[in-house]
Amino acid sequence: MTRFILRRLVAMIGVLFAVSVIVFVVFMVLPKQNPAQTLAGKNATPGLVKNIEEEWGFDDSLPVQYATMMKKVFTGELTSYKPRLPVDDRIIEGVPATLSLAIGAAVIWLFFGLLLGYLSAIRAGGWLDRILTGVSIAGISIPVFLLAPVLLYFLSYKLEIFPNAQYVAFSEDPYEWARHLILPWFTLALLSIGFYSRVLRSNMLDVMNEDYVRTARAKGLSERKVMTKHVLRNSLIPVITLFGLDFGATIAGTAIITEAIFSIDGVGYYAAEAVKKFELPPIMGVALYGAFFVVLLNALVDIAYAYLDPRVRLGESASE
Amino acid sequence: MSPEPLLSVSDLRVGFATEEGVVQAVDGISFDLRPGEVVAIVGESGSGKSVTAQTIIGLTRANNARIEGSVMLEGEDLLSASDSDLRRLRGERIAMVFQDPMTSFNPVYRIGDQIVEAIRAHRETSKGDGRQRVVELFEAVGIPNAERRVDDYPHEFSGGMRQRAMIAMALALEPEVLIADEPTTALDVTIQAQILDLLEQLNRERNLATILITHDLGVVAEVADRVLVMYAGKVVEEGTLDEIFYDPQHPYTWGLLGSLTRIDRPRPHRLPQIAGSPPSLLDLPDGCPFRPRCPHEFSKCPQYPGLEARLPEAADHRDRCWLTPEEKKAKRMVEGQIGLEPPPEVRQA
Repeated sequence: MTRFILRRLVAMIGVLFAVSVIVFVVFMVLPKQNPAQTLAGKNATPGLVKNIEEEWGFDDSLPVQYATMMKKVFTGELTSYKPRLPVDDRIIEGVPATLSLAIGAAVIWLFFGLLLGYLSAIRAGGWLDRILTGVSIAGISIPVFLLAPVLLYFLSYKLEIFPNAQYVAFSEDPYEWARHLILPWFTLALLSIGFYSRVLRSNMLDVMNEDYVRTARAKGLSERKVMTKHVLRNSLIPVITLFGLDFGATIAGTAIITEAIFSIDGVGYYAAEAVKKFELPPIMGVALYGAFFVVLLNALVDIAYAYLDPRVRLGESASE
Repeated sequence: MSPEPLLSVSDLRVGFATEEGVVQAVDGISFDLRPGEVVAIVGESGSGKSVTAQTIIGLTRANNARIEGSVMLEGEDLLSASDSDLRRLRGERIAMVFQDPMTSFNPVYRIGDQIVEAIRAHRETSKGDGRQRVVELFEAVGIPNAERRVDDYPHEFSGGMRQRAMIAMALALEPEVLIADEPTTALDVTIQAQILDLLEQLNRERNLATILITHDLGVVAEVADRVLVMYAGKVVEEGTLDEIFYDPQHPYTWGLLGSLTRIDRPRPHRLPQIAGSPPSLLDLPDGCPFRPRCPHEFSKCPQYPGLEARLPEAADHRDRCWLTPEEKKAKRMVEGQIGLEPPPEVRQA
């Protein structure tokens, strides 16, 4: 298992390197425009463009340019130019808000998605299953950009149950932190609740037909044990994959819309602002940050997978 | 017959409601199982043999299933038992071994743990004691390196070893009845023989009453005491092993015997088979359901005869065929051995 984890982490570093090269090529090499011009942003003075050209070494060979860029990223020297603000610091400042949003939403969607999927599966064909199916499909069908303003308008503006967005740090006031995040959490989670409950339900119905479930019943296990230890456990394996990918994608991208609508000052909000103002350095920084989380969570998914399904660990014994 | 039956199945009927109508998978089966006896139920796919076996321990209970008749285990009716009473019996008094050892273990748990789980579902045992018990069981069923292999996952076992482990699990709580549903079908022939030897040895040593479900008469010949031949949900013939093999009364049984390949006979030009395929349970012919495939069909066949003893000297040898014993004796001989004549169109080809 240790070997498996180490191998997976080494692979992760390789993928991150490849992603950084792609970011470099896409932003610095491919555009026909002078990259210094792009980095400087709209209406930049010729002096600023010249400064940037020297600072980034655009006269050097491409590998050296790449090294310069990565050095800036790692030493925190990557800055936006109007006004001149360090990108890394701003991302790090935004991470608590974004992680609060993403983790909270993930907990909610996993909890409700799995609960509803499980209930649906063990009552398959019954009225509860039908109701839950309808609810799930409604949840999947409502887009975030519609749901978020509607919730905000009714629950926060009209009924004033929840505050009108903003982010309160957990360290400042945990209660207010949660109260401010409830609407964004559910907005972000709703689609996944529907989706996960459907996926788990169909996985469980497949697994219920497996021979080993019949064996479990023939052993004299209680129906609850058969369902949780044998059916649910085996049905969760594909869900884990899905979760890792979705959670990474939420941190890296999906949260952008939600953060923008609820004005949560996280990384997604920062990215949205940067796009609006056409600032390249923050976009590059956020792209690398997003890639890091997606790749990290993929690695964690693989490790969780190997833990849940011993057959995946086969590669380990074969290499020993 | 001498000892009291341990398990007594009478007039068991199992029907499943489907969109096309009710499928009567098992239609009035009765048999007794005595301690230490091996009863074999033989038939083609879809004849109802597996449904019979699974119904005994309630695995066919479902909203769309209609189950009638009775299954008595020492005076207790299993068909009317509550789900939780039945659950207590499973594994404890009646254990089951399934056809495909490749898929019958959960791939994500260690084999030893899955057997300990079965023990702990019925007995208050620590995990350590349970594991020790599994080691003993593995040794009893001939799994080498038992101490090490209890911690293996199913994918680390070969097919034959998995079936041994399956049998070890079935024996874990020392049940009185073992139901083996096609225990050797998914295995290599050499492994089949080992598993049959093991079942026979357990039957002998532990006086374990066994219901053996199979489509393979070769397997039956090895271990069975009594044989039930099933066709389309009904028993068409039943008798002792010798009666079924040396004096079979029903043309379907002849067909099964005739399609055995035997190394003590000259190799046939083509392997004998029973022409046609089993009827759909949704659309059974009137009278004898074997009629459309039977070369000996005659005017009485549109009426289905009851399961009766038709030989004066063997009161427990019953069958469902209108032919007289003399006619049967004459008609079942095909090229000097028992078999079913091929239908005319095959004969000409």
